[in-house]
Amino acid sequence: MNHPVVIVGASMGGLRTAESLRRFGYLGPITIIGEEAHKPYNRPPLSKEVLANEVTHEAVAFEERAATADVNWVLGTRAVSVDQEHNTVTDSSGMVHPYSALVIATGLRPKRLNLANGDLAGRHALRTLDDAINLRAELTPGADVVIVGGGFIGCEVAATAAKLGCDVTVIHHSAHPMLRPLGTELARQMQLRHEAEGVRFLLNRSVVGVSGDSRIREVQIDDGSSIKCDVLIEAVGSDSNTEWLESTNIDLSDGVLVDSAMRAISTSGNIIPKVYAIGDVARFANPIFDDVPRRVEHWNIPTETAKRAADVIVAQLSDDEKFESLVQEQFKPVPSFWSDQYDIHLLAFGSLSLSDTVTLVAGDVTGECVFEYHRGDQLVGVCGIGMRSVVQSYRAKFI
Amino acid sequence: MIKVEVDMTKCQHYGQCVFEAPDIFRLNSDDKLEYTAEADDSERANIEAAIDVCPMQAIRIVE
Repeated sequence: MNHPVVIVGASMGGLRTAESLRRFGYLGPITIIGEEAHKPYNRPPLSKEVLANEVTHEAVAFEERAATADVNWVLGTRAVSVDQEHNTVTDSSGMVHPYSALVIATGLRPKRLNLANGDLAGRHALRTLDDAINLRAELTPGADVVIVGGGFIGCEVAATAAKLGCDVTVIHHSAHPMLRPLGTELARQMQLRHEAEGVRFLLNRSVVGVSGDSRIREVQIDDGSSIKCDVLIEAVGSDSNTEWLESTNIDLSDGVLVDSAMRAISTSGNIIPKVYAIGDVARFANPIFDDVPRRVEHWNIPTETAKRAADVIVAQLSDDEKFESLVQEQFKPVPSFWSDQYDIHLLAFGSLSLSDTVTLVAGDVTGECVFEYHRGDQLVGVCGIGMRSVVQSYRAKFI
Repeated sequence: MIKVEVDMTKCQHYGQCVFEAPDIFRLNSDDKLEYTAEADDSERANIEAAIDVCPMQAIRIVE
């Protein structure tokens, strides 16, 4: 019998890889190893609905499909190493999993602040369902909630916490929340709308310490001031989960470097047979923009990279003659993301943070509006508040 | 024929489905989702792709 395709990471990307393998005709065994105890679930609601309501895994779990009913799920278990010579993965229980193809889908984890007194209760980060359930228990009306990091996650949590009646302060390292992706005009507008809902911003500021007895009671800011804090939420970016790959020759300089066929690349620049990476952890060049490999933390990327990898893996396993032409095909998914804060719906396509010029092209920034993002003469992104049909009409420009 | 069902209590009109199955899903002039509830079998792959990309996981094929 053939060895399974082993997928490490039981999130959306891992699930979509398994489903796509079946869709492309692979009938053999599939193993999915995942650190969380839960089967794959939908993460976008975690910063919104799950924080605001009583939500169970059942409510956010992806529907299980008949084609993947025979997947061997190894959950609550981490992959700890890869043996490239023998094509095996070893997990944290000591089990050795031989693979015919290995798919790295281990994603990211939140960066944490490096604080003295760091073991005080009341510190949170948000990535998993359990994170969201733990945080929800503390977002009580009147609680002093301090969010470090005014990116999309930080701002979505700020909006949810404000609606729940918490007293919310966002500490952010630059002049406006979400400044780097959105640009000054739109970022400032989003800040104003948050402030109108009662959220306070401490901008161009960082946290230098926390104090309390067993729980956090105060946060110290780099301007010498202190603010009250019952709940500290750290939304300061992510790190790639690649430590388990450190004994391999894969280029792990930022996530997992892959080619346009999602095949892992070694530190010496060679394609590594049978090893693939997808989702947030995969760093690949997108010819829509240029030839610079980047990791992309947008909603549609796990699904798109999973399909691409599965197509190539099925050709690899069946020794299909189309393999060589398939791996040469361009892969250029259009990044797509959105963010909901209060009743504001931001929708974007492309890669806004590559831009050097941001231009209002429709509507009014105080109401519904659309901005274009250019790098030199090249359109690299579009983002709007509302006006979805207009924003959507741009997607075709990237294809 | 395939029967498509969108849970409109979940749907937030993100419109991601529109790109995967444009003959089934569309945003109307108020940016609200509209869809065709019965589709030809040839649309199955597109509808499944739309199910995959729905941020709210609101779309189902009723077997």
